[in-house]
Amino acid sequence: MSGARHLYVHLPFCAHRCGYCDFVTVVGRSGQHAPYVDALLWELELERGRLAERLETVFLGGGTPTFTSLSDLQRLLEALPAAEEVTVEANPETVSPELARALRVAGVTRVSVGAQTFRPQLLEVLERVAGPDDVRRGVHHLRDAGFDNISLDLVYGIPGQTASDLETDLEDALELQLEHLSCYELEAKPGTRFTHAWGAELARQADAMEDYFERVVACLTGAGYRWYETANFCRADMAGRDLRARHNLAYWLGHDYLGIGIGAVSTIENLRWRNTPGLGRYLEALAAGRPPEREHEPLEPDVQARERVLLGLRLDEPLPLRDLRPALDAEALARAERLGLAVDGGETLALTRRGRFLGGGVTADILA
Amino acid sequence: MEQARIRNFSIIAHIDHGKSTLADRILELTDAVSARDMREQVLDSMDLERERGITIKAQAVRVAWKGHELNLIDTPGHVDFTYEVSRSLQACEGALLVVDAAQGVEAQTLANAYLAIENGLEIVPVANKIDLPAADPDETAVEVADLLGDDPARVLRISAKTGDGVADVLDAIVERVPPPAGDPEAPARALVFDSAYDQYRGVVAFVRVVDGSFSGREELRTMATDTRFDVEELGFFSPAMTPVESLSAGEVGYVVTGLKDVSRLRVGDTLTSVREPATAALPGYKDVKPMVFAGLFPTDSDDYPELRDALERLKLNDAALVYEPETSQALGFGFRSGFLGLLHMEIVRERLEREFDLDLLVTAPNVAYRVEERNGEWIEVHNPAEFPREVEEVEEPYVAASIIVPKEYVGAVMELNNERRGTFGRLEYLSPERVHLTYELPLAEIVLDYYDQLKSRTRGYASFDYDLAGFKPGELVRVDVLVGGEPVDALSLIVHRSFAYDRGRLLVDKLREEIPRQMFDVPIQAAIGARVIARETVKAKRKDVLAKCYGGDITRKRKLIEKQKAGKKRMKQVGAVEVPQEAFLAVLNIGQGKGS
Repeated sequence: MSGARHLYVHLPFCAHRCGYCDFVTVVGRSGQHAPYVDALLWELELERGRLAERLETVFLGGGTPTFTSLSDLQRLLEALPAAEEVTVEANPETVSPELARALRVAGVTRVSVGAQTFRPQLLEVLERVAGPDDVRRGVHHLRDAGFDNISLDLVYGIPGQTASDLETDLEDALELQLEHLSCYELEAKPGTRFTHAWGAELARQADAMEDYFERVVACLTGAGYRWYETANFCRADMAGRDLRARHNLAYWLGHDYLGIGIGAVSTIENLRWRNTPGLGRYLEALAAGRPPEREHEPLEPDVQARERVLLGLRLDEPLPLRDLRPALDAEALARAERLGLAVDGGETLALTRRGRFLGGGVTADILA
Repeated sequence: MEQARIRNFSIIAHIDHGKSTLADRILELTDAVSARDMREQVLDSMDLERERGITIKAQAVRVAWKGHELNLIDTPGHVDFTYEVSRSLQACEGALLVVDAAQGVEAQTLANAYLAIENGLEIVPVANKIDLPAADPDETAVEVADLLGDDPARVLRISAKTGDGVADVLDAIVERVPPPAGDPEAPARALVFDSAYDQYRGVVAFVRVVDGSFSGREELRTMATDTRFDVEELGFFSPAMTPVESLSAGEVGYVVTGLKDVSRLRVGDTLTSVREPATAALPGYKDVKPMVFAGLFPTDSDDYPELRDALERLKLNDAALVYEPETSQALGFGFRSGFLGLLHMEIVRERLEREFDLDLLVTAPNVAYRVEERNGEWIEVHNPAEFPREVEEVEEPYVAASIIVPKEYVGAVMELNNERRGTFGRLEYLSPERVHLTYELPLAEIVLDYYDQLKSRTRGYASFDYDLAGFKPGELVRVDVLVGGEPVDALSLIVHRSFAYDRGRLLVDKLREEIPRQMFDVPIQAAIGARVIARETVKAKRKDVLAKCYGGDITRKRKLIEKQKAGKKRMKQVGAVEVPQEAFLAVLNIGQGKGS
């Protein structure tokens, strides 16, 4: 076995937990940043055998990785194995010129900035700490530090967001001439504080927001971006670089990955596991030199095949079918073709443009 | 027992007027049931009846009172079972007419009282529940006496609940009800007034011996259907089954037949001995025909065999239930079933769901139609999906309806009946406060929500009964519902032309609400033949994606898709359109008047 070529590192610390967030996060606890980084490195040490000799990608996600105290973050980055793409997620207000330079020096090649929106009143609804100018400033600091691969996250479907709010957000994002954009529809997860506060409003505006996805795709593709994944867009590069997020592409192509940190998920061959989300238990286990508690999920071949279809159809490139036929319902597939939603190329399967807007439903349909 | 000391009687009462309680007290007082063993309402053997406060299957109990043999014959209390009631009454010489002294006479009481009078029974009027503060026994006595042309002083005043006056009731039965008048020396004849199926003993017939006597294990035959069997046991209920050597003229009891099929022994038929047969059957046998039809479909199509078995078993006990397989492209495999009336349908449905643990979809009930096709041939149609699209003439069943209501609600009742294509008959005052109205109404107009409407428009005061009154021509049309251009057979309906547009509109609107958006536009139409009378469109979905999906939540997203997939599998396919079963249910509920 050659080992996973993709490493995910979870940094859970945040200045504030936003109402809509359902990631594994920890607010404050600056005193635990150092022990947590120690624990991460221990876990990495324990799992090193599962990694390939050379990594393609490393991704530091959160939480707010850039909220981690700079010295600890630097220590971590230096200790992580080298990779062709090293991405760090950053909240705009944390991106100072120093931080940008430090990341660059530490070998980070790509930064993903969580902007969400440029409208102050909508940032407030999302309980984001940053203001619109923090986003612009942050991006400029990153450029100044030499980053030539920056991604920005936008969210649409925010309570109270009008169509023109969305257009302006997209224009503001385009003005920054970023290499990559991720645009997510806001998911109000049941049980979150956010859903409690805004659920009724979201239900009211659901119909009005029906076409926001279409607007996003039309605007960004019109500006020359490639809609390469359901929620992700990248610029065509003058120098011929592939600006897709390589780390995330690995997920969508069904490659193995190792995840370390609290709540982190790994999928290697036919096994998936998730680390405990409890910070205390995680620190305790690794301080004792033990792996953290984990939930294991064996992946049967049919489950793997379904996941390959579900993930692969998110991409704009046709999905090579090879051994995936048995995972498909031939009759449903034929129907999807008749409806102009999918194209069965024999060797490959692709969704049409309209099919991609309905990708979830089409996938549910055509899976056996 | 010599005939002169036998009294056969039944109890006529509106639901909740205290029939079962009175029966219980009679059993107690005559020591047929010790107080300690007393289960309330001994005669109602099925849980369902107990809960609904109605009695479906008649039984007979023999008790002793002051040297007399009293047979209490229980009658079903509802209009759907008029024929069975009439057979039970035919087995009696007298009837207790029990009226709640707080409520007064109700339409059902009236109907059954008239039935009893027509059968020549001696009526013993009883005002019950005199212990209630709201009771007005004097007023009730006047009302009842008026109805019977009797003297208010002869109306007994009792409380079945406390037992007050119950002994007087038994004395009155002995004094006023005549003994049976059959000929003990003639060839044996017995009226089958009910039957039940016992899984170990087969069909048990409840009989009233009219002439002669039956004894031992002789061979008997039914005179109308010519079914032959050897008697396995004779006996009576006390209320436990008590075997005897013989049953003779005037007596009431049971015959264990060993037959395996209840339909071979019909209520109203005459039993006679094969060795020494009677020459003529007792009068009044009728082959009861179902008038109300509905499709029964299992919610889960895998349950079809269970539904078939359950219907077979119900049929053992219910000769009036008929069914045949029906296939609906929307609802799958099921049965088109015929019922005597709405209550009968409800009872069957509840028994299927409760006793057999089945989840059912029941289509909107419809009546039997007589249709003259273009070729001049008459056919009977029980299913809207089979109603010819081109017809020469259509006839539908009518009922003679009887409604009793406080006078201030007369206007509301008349308005309802006009909306339901009713024809006014007559109006009479039962008392200065209460009015008896008669109407002729199409049965189709009452099988939907008529009863609920009547109750709600009269604040629950109206009582209602009906009797079938033959077929009459009507301006009836078939309305089809099309989803995505495909007719949905289960939703076709037959309506009067003047209601077609409104009903079509209602169905289409409801379906538009209920059918989830698909990946393409779905037109929903109501049509008479090729003419569309209502149309709506479920607009195509424009977005159906999982917003984000990265390494940490692949499992969860996969499960979401699998759940979505499972949801789709539960949908019914109408052409390319996925329709959730709930959508049919919602539309069928409007059909049944529950959703409008």
